Amino acid sequence: MLGRTANGLFWMFRYLERAENTARLLDAGMRMALTRDLVTAEEEWRSVISTAGQRAAYEAKHGTYTGSQVWNFMLRDKANPSSILAMFGLVRQNARLARNAISGELWEAINENWLVIDEQLNKPVAENRVLDTVATIRRAGTLAHGALAGSMLRDEGYHFARAGTFIERADSISRILDIKYYLLLPSLSYVGSSLDTGQWDQVLRSVSGDRAYRWLNAGQIDAKGICEFLILDERFPRSLAFCYCALRDDLAALARLHGTEGQSNMLMRDADTRLTDLTIEEIFDQGLHEFLVEFTQDNAAIADAISTDYRFLA
Amino acid sequence: MSGTADFFNEMREPDGSVRDAYSSYCDWYDEQDTRLLKRKHREAETNFRKTGITFNVYGEDEAEERLIPFDMVPRIITANEWRKLTRGIEQRVSALNAFMHDLYHRQEIIRAGRLPQRLLRDNAAWLPNMVGFTPPGGVYTHIVGIDLVRTGPDEFFVLEDNARTPSGVSYMLENRETMMAMYPELFMRVPVESVSDYPRRLAKSLAACAPAAAGDRPVVAVLTPGIYNSAYFEHAFLADQMGAELVEGSDLRVVDGRVAMRTTSGYKAVDVIYRRVDDEFLDPLTFNPDSVLGVPGIMDVYRAGGVTIANAPGTGVCDDKAIYSFMPDIVEFYTGEKPLLPNVETWRCADEDSLKYVLDNLEELVVKEVHGSGGYGMLVGPASSKKEIETFRAKLVENPSNYIAQPTLSLSTCPIYTKKGLAPRHVDLRPYVLVSPDKIDITPGGLTRVALEEGSLVVNSSQGGGTKDTWVLKD
Repeated sequence: MLGRTANGLFWMFRYLERAENTARLLDAGMRMALTRDLVTAEEEWRSVISTAGQRAAYEAKHGTYTGSQVWNFMLRDKANPSSILAMFGLVRQNARLARNAISGELWEAINENWLVIDEQLNKPVAENRVLDTVATIRRAGTLAHGALAGSMLRDEGYHFARAGTFIERADSISRILDIKYYLLLPSLSYVGSSLDTGQWDQVLRSVSGDRAYRWLNAGQIDAKGICEFLILDERFPRSLAFCYCALRDDLAALARLHGTEGQSNMLMRDADTRLTDLTIEEIFDQGLHEFLVEFTQDNAAIADAISTDYRFLA
Repeated sequence: MSGTADFFNEMREPDGSVRDAYSSYCDWYDEQDTRLLKRKHREAETNFRKTGITFNVYGEDEAEERLIPFDMVPRIITANEWRKLTRGIEQRVSALNAFMHDLYHRQEIIRAGRLPQRLLRDNAAWLPNMVGFTPPGGVYTHIVGIDLVRTGPDEFFVLEDNARTPSGVSYMLENRETMMAMYPELFMRVPVESVSDYPRRLAKSLAACAPAAAGDRPVVAVLTPGIYNSAYFEHAFLADQMGAELVEGSDLRVVDGRVAMRTTSGYKAVDVIYRRVDDEFLDPLTFNPDSVLGVPGIMDVYRAGGVTIANAPGTGVCDDKAIYSFMPDIVEFYTGEKPLLPNVETWRCADEDSLKYVLDNLEELVVKEVHGSGGYGMLVGPASSKKEIETFRAKLVENPSNYIAQPTLSLSTCPIYTKKGLAPRHVDLRPYVLVSPDKIDITPGGLTRVALEEGSLVVNSSQGGGTKDTWVLKD
């Protein structure tokens, strides 16, 4: 496979994951805003924008945080390079670029949903339409992953697509956790208050993990439990441990297919060793923020190594 | 302009009865519920959008992806008509290939006085780098599109030869897929020759032209200018269907005397490059130094026999309309036979007598630039205003050898589906021809282009043309 095509597949799935994660954040934000009074709602929207990493771009354009401004910014604003519209445009562009390395089913899953999203987002979005787009993005993701699993040859392209997915997902989870932790922990007075629980509930919703967490913890919500769930629980598909189990397998498969191991395999092994047998107590002792910052950096280093090992760029 | 009634109608006899070729189709059509047909018509468009069969258009602000309108009434050709056409096409294409070889070697045709030297001198597509070099297998024109028009029951003419990089074959294939998906019952009733193995035939034909340096299983790649090219969909489609890599210039470089592509496990030699990049962008070291679409040094590898470039650089000479006007002589010179497929009568404005005739009859004629394509830079006399004709006259007088003129053809019509039912529109036909060292392979059918405006003779998609599925009936 061409290095450029591998790059296209990798980024196609990274952007798809990013678009999906942004949609989940928005979904969680909508719910929060509906259950709060107006003043807190503004705080919530600010927090949604921060978590999405779009604060600088947003504040360059808007001085206030209102729901309609926030969701239109996140969904479709041309001034926002990370809008869902822009992300999904990049998903499709990379799919076109790697068109002859993906199955027809996968291409159509992306293209058909792109047509819907493009149509839904061609004018400002009213509050009763936000969740439609969120649903379309999720459906696109589900269809694309289904088509990937059900119709793609298990060659290198498949593993590049998955590697992109899990690198991006791990990055997103660690950022969400870090931002929430940072925002909440210093003000100890919030601990145990309803706002605190609400915020953590939103974290779970942002990764569509609220139901799974409740199921496992009988409704007990506390920071430590949630962190343990999102970092170390291999059963939950949006935990760091799950992402790295999968990534480890995909990178191993790539090394097998190429008959040689590269820098990415080495870094992966190191990261894996660090995560295995780690307890949440150890993470809290080390400092959650420090742990997450280090994780994000290591994750980015693995992504770079994949790009170099497999000659993504000339 | 006059209506379409005076033209040869491919579906109906002058008395309104249905011709044999269309009888099964018309029986089927008459049984259909009008509302259902309308719905299917809309479905076809949705299908093209979903599959992404679009071409890119760049406007002032942003890129737009457009569909070429598809008409659901097939254009039908009988087995007998097709047999005659293929003989004519084979003859013409083998002459084209021999002509290219001669032009870049001894130029016997010029020595024999059958073609003026100045046609080469004035030809922008002529490449001195190709002189004395024979491409692998002796093939110059690996893929040719011959544009045909019809004017009567047995009257087909060649309107243009596309020996450079004929496009549109993906529409031939996708139009058929769409028709089969929408009307499976039609294909159970009417025996139609299949077109779907074109990509396999293309892959085989290209592999047969591999250079000596290639192994047992030649590596074929499609070279595209990239996703912003208007025909990118077709490049990706063909690569995908052939099981070939789709490469851009930046993926290729010369490594150890071969052209190699950057794969995830290092550089790997490519044997045959089906390029959809124009000559001048192929090699920045030889041609346009600013080109980023090509591969530095590829021409040296080519001349050393390390790679096949399809079509060969310099074949654009044949697309020139002044050369076209000599095609009957060219066919006779290289095959020793009278041409089976006639040219459209053509006046070369470079000749004084012809120029005088053309200037006297501008309102009746179609005048084209010799290097033009896509329906641009031409005058359709009968459809033009006095002012347009006078403006064109000035250009013509200033540089006569840049133009040829042809009579306004009575292009045949085939019905299209409209809100008011079937209505005749003018059509042309581009069959696709594959050339390998031992074979000329013509896929039965081709791309039928149709002028969607009533009375219009311009079928180009850039100017309101659409396409149809083209059926060649089985015996």
